[in-house]
Amino acid sequence: MRAGGASSLESALLDLRGIETLAQQETPVHRRDPRAKVVTALAFIAVVISFGKYDVSALLPLLAYPVALIVAGNLPARFVLGKLLLALPFALVIGMFNPLLDRTALVQLGDLRVSGGWVSFASIMLRFGLTVSAAVILIATTGFGPVCLALNRLKAPRVFTTQLMLLYRYLFVLTEEAGRMMRAWSLRAVSERRISIRVFGSLAGQLLLRALDRAQRLHAAMLCRGFDGTIRPMRRLKFTAADLGFVAGWCAFFMIARIYHLPHLLGQGMMRMLP
Amino acid sequence: MSHHLVEVKDLKHTYPGGTEALRGVSFRITHGEAVGIVGANGAGKSTLLLHLNGCLAPAGGSVRIGDYPLTKETLAGVRRTVGMVFQDPDDQLFMPTVYEDVAFGPLNLGLPPGEIEARVMRALETVGAAHLRDRPPYRLSGGEKRAVAIAAVLAMLPDILVLDEPSSNLDLKSRRQLIGLLKGFKHTRIIATHDLDMILDVCERTIVLHEGRVAADGPTTEIFNDEELLRRSHLEKPLRMQACPVCGK
Ligand SMILES: Nc1ncnc2c1ncn2[C@@H]1O[C@H](COP(=O)(O)OP(=O)(O)O)[C@@H](O)[C@H]1O
Ligand SMILES: [Mg+2]
Repeated sequence: MRAGGASSLESALLDLRGIETLAQQETPVHRRDPRAKVVTALAFIAVVISFGKYDVSALLPLLAYPVALIVAGNLPARFVLGKLLLALPFALVIGMFNPLLDRTALVQLGDLRVSGGWVSFASIMLRFGLTVSAAVILIATTGFGPVCLALNRLKAPRVFTTQLMLLYRYLFVLTEEAGRMMRAWSLRAVSERRISIRVFGSLAGQLLLRALDRAQRLHAAMLCRGFDGTIRPMRRLKFTAADLGFVAGWCAFFMIARIYHLPHLLGQGMMRMLP
Repeated sequence: MSHHLVEVKDLKHTYPGGTEALRGVSFRITHGEAVGIVGANGAGKSTLLLHLNGCLAPAGGSVRIGDYPLTKETLAGVRRTVGMVFQDPDDQLFMPTVYEDVAFGPLNLGLPPGEIEARVMRALETVGAAHLRDRPPYRLSGGEKRAVAIAAVLAMLPDILVLDEPSSNLDLKSRRQLIGLLKGFKHTRIIATHDLDMILDVCERTIVLHEGRVAADGPTTEIFNDEELLRRSHLEKPLRMQACPVCGK
């Protein structure tokens, strides 16, 4: 770990809080009922996952969903891309063996033969990018609390949504404690650029204890204010015609994109128009 | 009204690991009193306060709030009666906005929305933080955080206010405002601190804790004039009561 760890941790934390700030905006997307956005995002993810192993071009029209929401929801594209990069290693781990294992030639591009492995690798990366950005966009246009509330209203078990809320809250606690400790360490270890394994071990152990301590105090403070295991949301939800339109419109688009190979149809149309 | 009464009898607490934090503490605080709990670091102040609304369970002795002994059955009611302001406001504030944070308690009471709105705004106005309502708590200054943490407790309409080191980490102006606020409350107030100057301003009565026992309990001015007692308890006379080193008065 680099000595810059403190500042990068803090910026990661600010980022996490940044997502809550983004969620406070007033745009047509933000105004949609959280349930509408949750259902649409889930439908989107289900459709993306349902595509075949070698589908790449058929997935491309689905890019319209994240792009439209980023634009209409006034989200900085860099923010969403940053989150994608953060999650990229996981997708790489999942996809990286495909090109090695699957060497059957699938596509011929001029002299270049592309093996099935590479095509499925591309498909995994694309599907991964689509699902992660849908999740990030959902939270950045809705806020974590309302997403939990929506899940709640959609009959997800209370235990699950409250756990999710607390987990999210404790994530802040953990990163904050980590930030403080890294700052303390970097102030004292001015000349060192890296944390030795030994020091890192003791820091990590301490971090866990301190985070547990704080989580305990936090929980006590919540109990003192009548917390009984459920976080009660303040906002009451109202599902309007616009919300219904949002869900129906997007779901129709997802279905069309799933059933018809849109880029293919477009290509055929163009061919026919050519003399 | 008897439900503003706080009675602690022979309270003992030992932390896992064997620290005897309280070794038999007894006192009785009546309606509307403002009482300072003073003592050096580690004297057991925080541990004592955490017993007053059942955040910690005693190893011995009893706590009585109003007409009820503190037991599992009365816990919820006691927590509504005793409002606890924690030492570190960051432990208390966790919702995305100040407004939602202050509303957290009233929402748990299951109040109607209109009543919640009214309570939240009244509490925020009392501490002078109404203009912060839409701000995220983590972006506030130390003094603002403290004010919001107090508002969050006030919104529960407690009869008894318990505050742990409320003036720590405050600048002079915020500290002044806090003292004014605390003086204005009609609640029974129990304030743990080693800021003796603040106690002098707010509390007519002081309990001195030393190594988990009550070393003294009486009128604040009397206790602060007992230099021998203060020295034994590792405390220092408030600056205002010390003779001026320049003119000797
Ligand atoms: N969670 C804990 N676990 C173990 N010991 C603790 C814990 N909290 C406090 N103590 C110990 O109990 C004693 C009293 O602490 P505390 O009530 O926090 O004192 P004060 O608030 O007066 O500074 C101290 O010796 C402290 O080290
Ligand atoms: Mg303390």
